[in-house]
Amino acid sequence: METVETKRRRPLWPVAIPLAAFGGVVGFLAYMLLLDDRDPTYLPSPLIGKPAPSVAGPSLLEGAGDVTDGMVGAGGPVLVNFFASWCLPCRVEHPVLTEIAREAGVTLIGVNYKDAPDAGRAFLDELGNPYAAIVADQTGAISVNWGVTGLPETFVVDADGTIVYRHFGPILPEQRDELMAIVEGAS
Amino acid sequence: MIRRATLLGAALAVLLAGPAAAAVMPGEAMEDPALEARARGLYQELRCVVCQNQSIYDSDAEIAADLRALVRERLRAGDTDPEVRDYIVARYGTYVLLDPPMEPLTYALWFGPPALLVAGVVAIAVWRRRAAVPLDEAPDAPLSDEERVRLAALVDEGDGEQRA
Repeated sequence: METVETKRRRPLWPVAIPLAAFGGVVGFLAYMLLLDDRDPTYLPSPLIGKPAPSVAGPSLLEGAGDVTDGMVGAGGPVLVNFFASWCLPCRVEHPVLTEIAREAGVTLIGVNYKDAPDAGRAFLDELGNPYAAIVADQTGAISVNWGVTGLPETFVVDADGTIVYRHFGPILPEQRDELMAIVEGAS
Repeated sequence: MIRRATLLGAALAVLLAGPAAAAVMPGEAMEDPALEARARGLYQELRCVVCQNQSIYDSDAEIAADLRALVRERLRAGDTDPEVRDYIVARYGTYVLLDPPMEPLTYALWFGPPALLVAGVVAIAVWRRRAAVPLDEAPDAPLSDEERVRLAALVDEGDGEQRA
């Protein structure tokens, strides 16, 4: 038997609003998740444009004098590099750092994070020492003051002692020129 | 049966209790109990920046221990709790705070859910209003001859069924 339709059909478009909102959220999450060169551990540093924290402390090298804050931001830009012997990416970036220090003549200050001093020195004996000075950050206090979240990290400090850039993770050979441009801009 | 219920209860208790153990080492305790209590409060508000979803109270990562040491150092230096928070935020950004502050970057976080709720309520309201058929829009034209015949047939049919 036929039925007579008395009810008007409900419009469907309002249903689309929550669906579209949900779709938007899913799309955004999928985009952020699948983005190729996004490192989820990356955090922007709030220290950019601020005066560099202290690097003062005892040297990692035996017989060398203490590292002082006068070494950072005096007479030209410096790179402050946080590393440890147990950090594999530090090993990866070491040749690039060496090149920057030796060939481009950039002053490199090392902060050796919570390393056994012997292991730290052995690391440099094996790979060479491109640093002008290395402070042994035994307690991690220096690194935490710089807002370091992982190793390696490298800061560019200009001649006034202001942080102009932070490089997160190892400096890869293809990133060298970019970093050098920033260092030259800071002098 | 009681045994089974007890087991189930115990299992639930374990599941719901979650990770109870803090990562704070006994040696980290501060001499002053009042300072220690404040330090523990602050630990629980600060995110371990490498584990991302744990506080530095819960995390046994190196950096979490370093940050706890920094909190204690600032407390010993006489900082108030907000000063300690600001000190760490100045180095790690607002991301270290487990309770996100209201700032342009977090507007979506703060206003997104209420906005979605309002959108949903509006959508439902519109939908319901459209669905109701107002009386004055109901068809008021007189039945056509054809409809009259069909109506009569239906009524007869219904009567027949009732009598049978």
